[in-house]
Amino acid sequence: MKIYRIHALICAGGQCITAGGDSFEEALKHAIKEKGLEDEIQVVETGCMGACEKGPMMVVYPEGVLYVHLKPSDAQEIVSEHFLKGRPIQRLMWKEADGNFPTLDQVPFFAHQTKIVLRNCGMIDSESIEEYIARDGYAALAKVLSSMKPNQVVEEIKKSGLRGRGGAGFPTGLKWEFTARENSEMKYIVTNADEGDPGAYMDRSVIEGDPHTIIEGMAIAAYAVGATQGYIYCRAEYPIAIKRLHIALRKAKQVGLLGKNILGSDFSFDLEIRIGAGAFVCGEETALLNSIEGKRGEPNVKPPYPSSKGLYGKPTVINNVETFANVPFIILEGAEKFRKIGTESNPGTKVFSLAGKVITTGLIEVPLGISLRRIIYDIGGGIPDGKKFKGALMGGPSGGVVPASKLDTPIDFESLNEIGSMMGSGGLIVMDEDSCMVDIAKYFLKFTVDESCGKCTPCREGTRQMLTILERITSGSGKESDLNELECLAETIKLTSLCGLGQSAPNPVLSTIRWFRDEYEAHIREHKCIANVCVMKAPKSEVKKRAKKITH
Amino acid sequence: MQKKSLIEKLHDLQDSHHQTNHLSKEEVVKLCEQDSTPLSQAYGVATFYTMFSVKPRGRHIIRICENQSCHMADAVQVVDELKKYLGIEFGETSSDGLFTLEHSSCLGMCSIAPCMMIDEHPYGNLTPSKAIEIVQKMKAGV
Repeated sequence: MKIYRIHALICAGGQCITAGGDSFEEALKHAIKEKGLEDEIQVVETGCMGACEKGPMMVVYPEGVLYVHLKPSDAQEIVSEHFLKGRPIQRLMWKEADGNFPTLDQVPFFAHQTKIVLRNCGMIDSESIEEYIARDGYAALAKVLSSMKPNQVVEEIKKSGLRGRGGAGFPTGLKWEFTARENSEMKYIVTNADEGDPGAYMDRSVIEGDPHTIIEGMAIAAYAVGATQGYIYCRAEYPIAIKRLHIALRKAKQVGLLGKNILGSDFSFDLEIRIGAGAFVCGEETALLNSIEGKRGEPNVKPPYPSSKGLYGKPTVINNVETFANVPFIILEGAEKFRKIGTESNPGTKVFSLAGKVITTGLIEVPLGISLRRIIYDIGGGIPDGKKFKGALMGGPSGGVVPASKLDTPIDFESLNEIGSMMGSGGLIVMDEDSCMVDIAKYFLKFTVDESCGKCTPCREGTRQMLTILERITSGSGKESDLNELECLAETIKLTSLCGLGQSAPNPVLSTIRWFRDEYEAHIREHKCIANVCVMKAPKSEVKKRAKKITH
Repeated sequence: MQKKSLIEKLHDLQDSHHQTNHLSKEEVVKLCEQDSTPLSQAYGVATFYTMFSVKPRGRHIIRICENQSCHMADAVQVVDELKKYLGIEFGETSSDGLFTLEHSSCLGMCSIAPCMMIDEHPYGNLTPSKAIEIVQKMKAGV
């Protein structure tokens, strides 16, 4: 293996590339070549490093110097000053408020995180299976194949207390056990990578940064339940993720980590990728399975659950990307060690995508049970421009808002449900005083109305009615009875919708009414939008009064 | 390798029409005859998913997000200016046949909102002028 003097890790996560990372990389490689340093400096494209707001980013080892907001025009200077003369360029480095230039492990944004799922993201070249293997990749698969019986694998996952990271938090080990118990010649493993919640991009980043961990997690699940075929269902909006998945799949097949008789065992498992075609509802598991079969992505009534009657009517384990990414760690390090992270009923970590009005937006992984205050202030660096925190949206269009008074609520499935919010898949949008809560609720409802598949009436028609009322309120024509009507409709939709999309669609409205009722009332009674977002027309009586004044 | 699903076949068909990005009726009918799939089923699938179109579209598809994170980052201004520049509304194609403007539910680039995707290329941290500049550059490159 070739030894390099300097390793320059460039973030090739979707957001850094979009922010110009690819042209910077090109310029850097060109500058290195010009100075004839190709044999001394290795440039590595990694997955998402996390601090997306600072992109394009680069970490230079051995020192761990952190460069942010890079432009192609910076490349020449970095090569001649830093790479040649050993003088890092402070102008381009990550700078803390105290004026220090921390290295990667000193930055608070990274130092307060615990990484299991993202253990390789930003560390390795995601297109290299060798680098994944060098970081203990596929060792967990080798361990189960060589020294564990399938039921022992299920037991280990049960013991770990891992819960589904797609949002519902169902115990993963139980899910596997249900499918393992089924007597069927054909069983399937499916990864739900149809991430669609506005504000959420964890799954995209994990796939882009560490695709092999999904493959390994799925293969372990397949061994545990007796499945031979798997599918990764990824949304079509993620072309970079799809490309890297294809590369990872091809390489895993080439070296015999997928296919027949894996690692010389009796276990065979094959994997294919299925691409969506733009339908949010396909994130619902039964709709997703229909879509894999090539049908309209409409949900089915449950039960039967996919664990007994799933893809093509066969027993199917369907888990989220992040859930599978936890599996290799649990198998390799043991359930005990996993349980030491997080809380008793919510072990492990959760990945969040931090967006909205927070200083450092990006991808983070924290132990469950941490408070939102620590996420926003210690990791995210607080609210920009000295503005006041107003609320954080969790769980996307299915979730709710966490108000300032609840900032210390521990982040776990139960505590968030209690305050009318939701863990969800991990989208976390921070809002400051400039956000109007009625407007936010309206936007989520618009989303649900657009994305409702139309199969059941409460979701199709009910959400539309709710949106009409919200539009009325935000335009200054709200009626005193509107709040009551909204709550009434919301209850009906929650109780009677067919799938999770409809059942959870009213949540953002209910949660904003619960914590910000005064804002709704100000819109209705005083025709006033406190945050000054909604364009309110003055009430008829006011218009008349004004007209009178003018004529007099 | 299992045989391709109807969705994959429709993707293939649509991708073969670079200029119009749509599913032509004749080809879908032919596909259905070959596979003994009812045409109604293919039509049902094609019209269910937003990325399929049974009507001809522009050479490039602009998918722009107006949801929460993008909304908070003033996506509405970007959308308005882009509509004005192209002279079209959502779902319409510019008169030169180059661009169709579509809504996206979320492109998963919320940290660099507002964002859009033209064909398979994502663009983030948009401002109205930056968005128009990107479109202008594409236009010049065609």
